[in-house]
Amino acid sequence: MNNYETVFILNPVLSENQIEEAVQKYEKLLTSKGGSIINKENWGLKKLAYPIQNKKSAFYHLFQYTASGDTIKELELFFLRDERVMRYLTVKLDKHSLAWADKRIKKNKLKKA
Amino acid sequence: MSKIDEQNTGKKEGEIRYLTPLNIDTSTKKKYCRFKRTGIKYVDYKDSNFLMKFVNEQGKILPRRLTGTSLKYQRKVSVAIKRARHLAILPYVGDMLK
Repeated sequence: MNNYETVFILNPVLSENQIEEAVQKYEKLLTSKGGSIINKENWGLKKLAYPIQNKKSAFYHLFQYTASGDTIKELELFFLRDERVMRYLTVKLDKHSLAWADKRIKKNKLKKA
Repeated sequence: MSKIDEQNTGKKEGEIRYLTPLNIDTSTKKKYCRFKRTGIKYVDYKDSNFLMKFVNEQGKILPRRLTGTSLKYQRKVSVAIKRARHLAILPYVGDMLK
């Protein structure tokens, strides 16, 4: 089991329900393959730095989780097939980035509280 | 023959010569690696405001020569910027970014 972080960008034309559905689908996919989600973030509708598929903004979502390497392959395959996902990036977290991610989680908690 | 005579008569005719070296102010402040000084160990690709310090107005990555970043962290910065570009957090090409 390794630590990973995935950011994916969803199409802005989707309704809130559809987005919720897509996010939950990937969450389920991860947990069903034996992974566990540590942190979920919703950055909301963000402006893109350059247009993708003629869209100027999109919904950003972030997952931080532990999973085996095979799971990543499958997840990315689903991302590729899914038309709702415009971009995705999966990064393996080493000890420094993990420390950084922990800080980030704490910061987010403080913001919420 | 003295040096000045040599210059006056000599080999490098036509060039402007100064008897005393020009007094040009160059900054004596030494550049430093901000990652080493502040103890940052990981460059986050999600933080666009931070990464903006390492690109010019066109969105190109600035050389180490200008930013003073050490080689170890320059590599990490460049990877982080490229990841950010893929996710449309930073532009590949820009104009008047700053």
